[in-house]
Amino acid sequence: MATLAQTGALPHSVTMAVPAIEVENLSKRYPGAVAVDRISFRVALGSSAALLGGNGAGKTTTLSILLGLVRPSSGQVRVLGEDMLRDRYRVLPRINFSSPFVDLPHRLTVRQNLSVYARLYGRQRQREQIGALAADLRIGEFLDRPLGELSAGQKTRVALVKALLNEPELLLLDEPTASLDPDTADFVRGYLESYRAGSGATLLFASHNMAEVERLASEVMMMKKGRIVDRGSPAALLRRHGCATLEEVFLSIERQPQPQLVAAP
Amino acid sequence: MHAKSRGRGWPGGKTASAANRILAMLLRYLYLLRSSWPRTLELLYWPTLQMLIWGFMSQFFYQNSSYVFRAFGVLLAATLLWDVLFRGQLGLSILFLEEMWSRNLGNLFATPLRPREWALAMVVMSLVRVLIGVAPAALLAIPLYHYSIFAMGLPLVAFFSLLLAMGWGMGLAICALILRKGMGAESLAWLGAFVLAPVSCVYYPVSILPAWLQHVSWALPSTYVFEGMRAVLFKRGFEIGYLLRAAGLDLVFLVAGAALFLLAFEDARRRGALVQMGE
Repeated sequence: MATLAQTGALPHSVTMAVPAIEVENLSKRYPGAVAVDRISFRVALGSSAALLGGNGAGKTTTLSILLGLVRPSSGQVRVLGEDMLRDRYRVLPRINFSSPFVDLPHRLTVRQNLSVYARLYGRQRQREQIGALAADLRIGEFLDRPLGELSAGQKTRVALVKALLNEPELLLLDEPTASLDPDTADFVRGYLESYRAGSGATLLFASHNMAEVERLASEVMMMKKGRIVDRGSPAALLRRHGCATLEEVFLSIERQPQPQLVAAP
Repeated sequence: MHAKSRGRGWPGGKTASAANRILAMLLRYLYLLRSSWPRTLELLYWPTLQMLIWGFMSQFFYQNSSYVFRAFGVLLAATLLWDVLFRGQLGLSILFLEEMWSRNLGNLFATPLRPREWALAMVVMSLVRVLIGVAPAALLAIPLYHYSIFAMGLPLVAFFSLLLAMGWGMGLAICALILRKGMGAESLAWLGAFVLAPVSCVYYPVSILPAWLQHVSWALPSTYVFEGMRAVLFKRGFEIGYLLRAAGLDLVFLVAGAALFLLAFEDARRRGALVQMGE
């Protein structure tokens, strides 16, 4: 199974001791639909990995299972060395997420929302921390405005501040730059890169944005119809598919009626 | 260094206590209350309106009915106490619905917040909402009708607590139904307590009901409370038997409500509903 350790980004002894995420034969079946179909993968500690796939590929369901929000039908999930199905309350203080598919209360101000979450994570010196993160992600000027009055892009940045409140060791992001203009999206990607580099945190994100995946991810897992149909570093995927861009890889996989499962390098 | 050992030294590895998480949720609901004065006004509006209608009706009956003549406050006290039950249940259900309306469940339960802590925060906040709603109406009755429900003394504390506990049990069960059935079931939040109003014998004695319906009525804690209230107001004294039976039934309501709520929550996780629910 491919991990960052195999790409040489981190020393093997560090990354392989306990992967940040270890998923074995994970499935989620709903009546009449299979959202996730027997997937297995590992994400090495301190690495950055992406789930890439079209709508309904199973990316959001996979992230939701990793957060303990959805109970899988079968399979094993270990996060930061803990069994997520049995001991999720030991893991949840150490991870966080943001997603455009869940929201924060609109009638509360940004500061009130963040205060509630800072308290839920047991943060000390909440005011200073919220102020610092708000300055970092450029939301300081609307901290005291109700969330409902903000634009979609501003809300995305607020959600990201919420996701960083507990200084997570593992950050799960669903479409992290959704609704952001190119300039702000570039800034946010840069911020995420520096957060990961500075803290040693692990990043797993789902995205449709190829530029984002190429920039942020050392390993990409291509998903289709609930399965991981290919995986590897962006460079390895380009080589294997004979494509010039990840977008071409994505289209090639999406347009195959029944993609072959490619073995991990 | 692997993840587990690093987690202990990592700031994110520290976690809030249960009390802190419950306080966080209370803070969230207080912010919500503060954010909209019409909502606060709505809390005061219905109990006060009810008190005005029933107060004037009582004044009329006082001159024309031997039932009310024997105890002027019987209808007013029943109205105010009924609101404790209704507001207790509705308050809890509304707080739950607020999270649904704002599609916030996914964010909340990706934190270390436990469902039981959330339920406890809603219970405490529903008490605050009941006090905000019912206390002004009870106080207003003093200058308007020269009637103070507080003259009931300690039994009032017992009646208040027993009705509130029943409201919480029902509120939790209604939240469970909404979790199971989705937002299409949200109207249950408003209908819940009213379904039981006719058989709770709020304004009339149980003996008025047909014999078969009396069995249903005596299975509810509220019936013992309102019968107990009439016993106090008609100077028959405080019936400890009613109190004990109401407390026992409340325990059943609370345990059943909490169990249904927790089961429905786990079921929602299984169905993936926590991240999908919303308007």
